[in-house]
Amino acid sequence: MAGPVLEMRSIVKTFPGVKALSDVTLTVQQGEVHAICGENGAGKSTLMKVLSGVHPHGSYEGDILFEGEVCSFKDIRASEHRGIVIIHQELALVPYLSIAENIFLGNEHASRGLISWTETLRHASELLRRVGLDENPQTRVADIGVGKQQLVEIAKALSKQVKLLILDEPTAALNDEDSGKLLDLILELKNQGITSIIISHKLNEIERVADSVTILRDGRTIETLDVKAPETTEDRIISGMVGRDLEHRFPERTPHHPEEGAAPALEIRDWTVFHPIDQQRKVVDNVSISVRRGEIVGIAGLMGAGRTELAMNVFGRTYGRYAGGTVLRDGKEIRTKTVSEAVGHGIAYVTEDRKHYGLNLIDTINRNITLSALGKVSKRGIVDEHEERQVSEGYRKSMNIKAPTVFEPVGKLSGGNQQKVVLSKWIFAGPEVLILDEPTRGIDVGAKFEIYTVIDKLAAEGKAVVFISSELPELLGMCDRIYTMAAGRLTGEFSRAEASQETLMRQMTKDKEVTR
Amino acid sequence: MSTDVTAKTPAPAPPGKSGSATGESLLQLMLDGMRRNMRQYGMLFALGLIVVLFAVWTNGDLLLPRNVSNLVLQNSYILILAIGMMLVIIAGHIDLSVGSLTAFVGAVGAVLMVNHDISWPIALVLCLAMGAAAGAAQGFLIAYLGIPSFIVTLAGMLTFRGLTEIFLKGQTIGPFPEGLQKVANSFLPEVGPNTNYHNLTLLLGIGLIAFVVVKEVRDRGRQQEFSLDVLPRNLFLLKLVALIAAVATVTMLLASYKGAPVVLLILGVLVAGFGYLMRNAVIGRHIYAIGGNLPAAKLSGVKDKKVTFLVFLNMGMLAALAGLVFAARFNAASPKAGLNFELEAIAASFIGGASMSGGVGTVLGAIIGGLVLGVLNNGMNLVGIGSDWQQVIKGLVLLAAVGFDVWNKRKVGS
Repeated sequence: MAGPVLEMRSIVKTFPGVKALSDVTLTVQQGEVHAICGENGAGKSTLMKVLSGVHPHGSYEGDILFEGEVCSFKDIRASEHRGIVIIHQELALVPYLSIAENIFLGNEHASRGLISWTETLRHASELLRRVGLDENPQTRVADIGVGKQQLVEIAKALSKQVKLLILDEPTAALNDEDSGKLLDLILELKNQGITSIIISHKLNEIERVADSVTILRDGRTIETLDVKAPETTEDRIISGMVGRDLEHRFPERTPHHPEEGAAPALEIRDWTVFHPIDQQRKVVDNVSISVRRGEIVGIAGLMGAGRTELAMNVFGRTYGRYAGGTVLRDGKEIRTKTVSEAVGHGIAYVTEDRKHYGLNLIDTINRNITLSALGKVSKRGIVDEHEERQVSEGYRKSMNIKAPTVFEPVGKLSGGNQQKVVLSKWIFAGPEVLILDEPTRGIDVGAKFEIYTVIDKLAAEGKAVVFISSELPELLGMCDRIYTMAAGRLTGEFSRAEASQETLMRQMTKDKEVTR
Repeated sequence: MSTDVTAKTPAPAPPGKSGSATGESLLQLMLDGMRRNMRQYGMLFALGLIVVLFAVWTNGDLLLPRNVSNLVLQNSYILILAIGMMLVIIAGHIDLSVGSLTAFVGAVGAVLMVNHDISWPIALVLCLAMGAAAGAAQGFLIAYLGIPSFIVTLAGMLTFRGLTEIFLKGQTIGPFPEGLQKVANSFLPEVGPNTNYHNLTLLLGIGLIAFVVVKEVRDRGRQQEFSLDVLPRNLFLLKLVALIAAVATVTMLLASYKGAPVVLLILGVLVAGFGYLMRNAVIGRHIYAIGGNLPAAKLSGVKDKKVTFLVFLNMGMLAALAGLVFAARFNAASPKAGLNFELEAIAASFIGGASMSGGVGTVLGAIIGGLVLGVLNNGMNLVGIGSDWQQVIKGLVLLAAVGFDVWNKRKVGS
């Protein structure tokens, strides 16, 4: 090996209210495949955005050295010019343009503004051969599968004379066969002298392609390991990913003792969901879970595990295509085909994406809080603004929403306060079962504690709570029982006593191929 | 290839003034208040400016009682359409078909009343029902089949225009029964002693003033009860005086001619009704919610399809009403009626504060936007500006109004 091609030294990146990277150092050797792993929110994607110039020079602290030179990229073009190309999780292809047009988008073979099609097609075919994609370059990208689209992205990177290829969870959306092909291609490119950084949380993948692995946790580098070294074991990587000191504080919880014989407040049986566009892909595969009154049940899983997909499909079919399964409330089968039906049966789903699915950002706090249950503050179809104001003022005080009045637009609030508005909205709807999806994502520690307290109170009042989270400490701190999911399947169920970060992470990183 | 970005740190803006508010003049307070509520007052202010401008330019002709009365009658159908259009735009859609639908309903009305001698109240109900049906048909395609509203209503625009010509066989049909003409063109009846003014109109004006004062004072009281920010006392009084003066002026102007037109009364009822609906009714909230964030509204259990359907049904009914008023005013149904009305109504909504992305706007805003266009039309006619330049100027006003809004929002947002 010819020494490091890339060094990132003491990178610090702060977003308003959140420190995404607090001290990350990364050294990548020339010609290697370097894996980066860590929990959701550990800072992997942010680090790569810093490297590729999405977060421009000046918006972070620390130095980036590429091929021995200090770099200060002002945008993606600048980093691509140096040969650093990032392929994002969500592919950046234009579906209705051809493969060849996509490969050279923004970088066309043209003279005086006119595209030379012969040159474009010739070069495209050559690149497609290199990535092993047997398709006509004039085929529309929309007409090929996700796996092949991924290869087009790599061909596009190659057309830019890539020296360092960054792949952000490249196999998350692929089936086993396509994943295998992609990993082979990464090894093939390595032989051609291209260095790769691959972000992944599938440990078997890392074992297969990577030379070294850097573990991130809470915006810090934990350690970099040589994958081939005997001391590098899955256990070591897992404990590196999760082994954070439990400095978070949680409200004191008395463990729940389920009543014998009583039916669970909510039971989901054999639920299966297909991807909304890719009709062949199962995103939730035969999952059964249950939650009792007064119980907080966690669902742990990494990105793409199918947790949100399960919750949203159950809640009024708001995601994906239903393909079987039943829902029972207090032992009786119910229909939840529309949101109104689900809400009518006392179920609430608090989304993980509050900006897109939770709130009307241009509207005020009070109108957001009452939206899901306007009937409670209105008579004969007319909203009683007086009562509405009193109700929402009540939530503003009890939930400690930091805003001068309830007439403040929600878009002006901080993430934590927005989350409190979403929670207020659904608590106001008066549900018996609450499904909370990443309720503390992107908010600061103080606000987290307040939200934990609210959740605890809901359970103490006898509500059943399903708590979806990627943060293991908060699941361990809050839940009576924890399910784990991976790749759409249920992979484990643990009582509070049995669960530890290591046992959970082991089940969360269980891929289909791994059968031990 | 690496470029250094020198971070320019602007010097912190010097604080305007940190002194106590006691020394602040009324003017200062007014300016502050206006800046805070740019969106609400900006267009009202512009409307006032345009009125003053043309009043001076026409040597006062603009504000002659007869002309004010005329202005209301001339613009009534656009204003009716603008109310419905505002709802459509708030819901995140658009309706291009209303001009053609206006003509079509007028044509059907004419055939029913003139050719088949059906009594006008029955024909009126039939026409409104037909407008509602046309709106419902388009609403069904948009809400339940998911065809974009732009396409559905563009098709509607062509279809209804064509049907109008087929129905009228290219002819103009008239005259309408006297009863309907009266509704569109006449004034409130004369009652009581002779006072040189129109008594009923005066009474209505006084009633309206009383209502406005009571409502404003009560609102302020309620807001104070919740310790919300309220206008400072003297500014509040000024606002009250301005409101009273505005209502009183219009009332006197109308009362010194033939009184309030019946159409104005209809319009007033529509504005009050739809304003209340959008502000206070559950359905109004749902319209704002689906326009503001459709996925969030769906996940909150809002029946987005039903709401969209109803919004278009309502638009169709209002278009029918506008069509009847228009036909009755000109006492004939013509194949060319309602040409470009949809664009006027859309322009009125955007001038009045609607947003392309939906979720924003008020019924009163649509009326203010419609009046801006109406006064421009009327004023420019009076000073003899040709229709060629009128269109140029109206286009620029629309651009300026929305451009100002975008600029103002960006300034506030950053």
